[in-house]
Amino acid sequence: MFDDLRDLYQEVILDHGRKPRNFRRLEEADREGRGDNPMCGDRMQLWVKLAPDGRLADIAFQGKGCAISMASASLMTETVRGKTPDEARELAGKFRELAMTGQCPECGASLEEEMERLQVLGGVAEFPSRVKCATLAWHTLVAALDGNGKEASSE
Amino acid sequence: MSGAAEAPAVAASAAAASVGAGSEAAGGFDVARIRQDFPILSQKVRGKDLVFLDSGASAQKPRAVIEAMTRMLESRYANVHRGAYFLSESATEAYEAARRAVAGFLNAASEREIVFTGSSTAAINLVAHSYGRGVLKPGQAVLVSEMEHHANLVPWQMLKAAQGIELRVARVTEAGELDLADVEAKLADGRVGLFAVTHMSNVLGTVTPAERLAHLAHAHGAKLLLDGSQAAVHRRVDVQALGCDFYVFTGHKLYGPTGIGVLWARLGLLEQMPPFLGGGDMISEVTLEGFLPAPVPAKFEAGTPPIVEAIGLHAAIDYVQAIGMPAIEAHERRLVDHAMARLAPIEGLRLLGRAQDRGGVFAFALDNAHAHDLATLLDRVGIAVRSGRHCAEPLHARFNVESTCRASFGLYTTEDEVDYLAEALGKAREFFR
Repeated sequence: MFDDLRDLYQEVILDHGRKPRNFRRLEEADREGRGDNPMCGDRMQLWVKLAPDGRLADIAFQGKGCAISMASASLMTETVRGKTPDEARELAGKFRELAMTGQCPECGASLEEEMERLQVLGGVAEFPSRVKCATLAWHTLVAALDGNGKEASSE
Repeated sequence: MSGAAEAPAVAASAAAASVGAGSEAAGGFDVARIRQDFPILSQKVRGKDLVFLDSGASAQKPRAVIEAMTRMLESRYANVHRGAYFLSESATEAYEAARRAVAGFLNAASEREIVFTGSSTAAINLVAHSYGRGVLKPGQAVLVSEMEHHANLVPWQMLKAAQGIELRVARVTEAGELDLADVEAKLADGRVGLFAVTHMSNVLGTVTPAERLAHLAHAHGAKLLLDGSQAAVHRRVDVQALGCDFYVFTGHKLYGPTGIGVLWARLGLLEQMPPFLGGGDMISEVTLEGFLPAPVPAKFEAGTPPIVEAIGLHAAIDYVQAIGMPAIEAHERRLVDHAMARLAPIEGLRLLGRAQDRGGVFAFALDNAHAHDLATLLDRVGIAVRSGRHCAEPLHARFNVESTCRASFGLYTTEDEVDYLAEALGKAREFFR
């Protein structure tokens, strides 16, 4: 009945949705962010620990939401660990484009491997009402890195 | 009289034909014929037949409504209450005929008790501003319930902040019914000036015992406002029999257009209440120093009203009345029983609320799927349900659930559609296993 939805809900998404990685509170975090999707009720909290050289030494999140939002957050934490804040921001921008268009035309240039990992979420582009589920974690990460204390919202 | 004056008659005969032809269907209600009155229902969505189960958010429109509005725009449109010329007089007559139709629909004592607004939300905000700030006194309280739509909660929270009016909240039981003992306890000290409560929950489907609530409220010196946004669609509403003091509903859930809502209130209350919005049409005299408000209901209808929308609402009322509210209620009662029988056994499916008296609104959650993932799946097979918190966040907190999907029925909903939903829900659970 739902076979053609396997493009959106690939096994890796269902797996990360069911068992999100880095799903824990990070004590003594250097950066912290909150994300909220008021329409769906997706909510998350995110913590980042920075290494002395400024890289993202550790990142973790907790929250509630749909499979897409949880899987996206889970994959994000795995992808940005060890990156510099600028690289993380660049990935956030590229991911946003991927989620909205299903394509990532300039993704080849840098961070190619990372973007390939995130391709599994490209299917949301077909579902306009679900794009913000996928991007919430990234909005939250950028807000945390910017450290402005504002709640991120993908509305 | 020509043009749109014929609209009601046309609408009525179309609907009457729908009913008359269906003698073989249960109770003389031929849903297949009725569906033909709704052009949108025959379309395919993603290659599947559309199964529209979101009428509680906004219902689809019968051809009679669409055509009445078109006719009005093509042959009879001008501003109302303003022109001494043929078209304006004709439009005014159509607009006031809509008011009479609404008065009949609610069995109001007088058409002057009908105030047109933009929506139910606007109607409740009108009461919160005018009655709340102009009649209620600081130190008094407003009582609502845990199962209110945000439209019947936030205006009272705003009033509380602005005016020092206490806000009390009556509890909802695990079964999803209003806790009447708690209602009585919260009315007991006599400080509640207004009890504002839903007539039918937009999440649980629960129909509240309006007559009893009116007795309780009045026994403790409170007025009763019923939010009929859902109820008025599914049942015959007789405001005099219910004994309430305010009743609100909206056009677009009653198969009419968006942009038109109704506030009914007892004439004495409307006359006691100060105007809310100021502007044209709500005055009888204006100088640079001040104004005299117009008599009720014009006093509450500042500015150019939703004229074409009022004509659309009139056509919608004629449409449902030609079918008959009791027939609609009976059809939906069968659907509710059928849905309970089909949905309750689905493994892992939690239904919110099991009220004795309920209408065709079901909120549910699957144990292994988030509401939004579920809604996306259902959409793929043509089923439109709402997902989220349905503008009732505190109620979801009450039932300790983040979000739900909601299937809501209309007079065009069939048992086959309910079966299809049940089948899809069973398969969705397997999908997310």
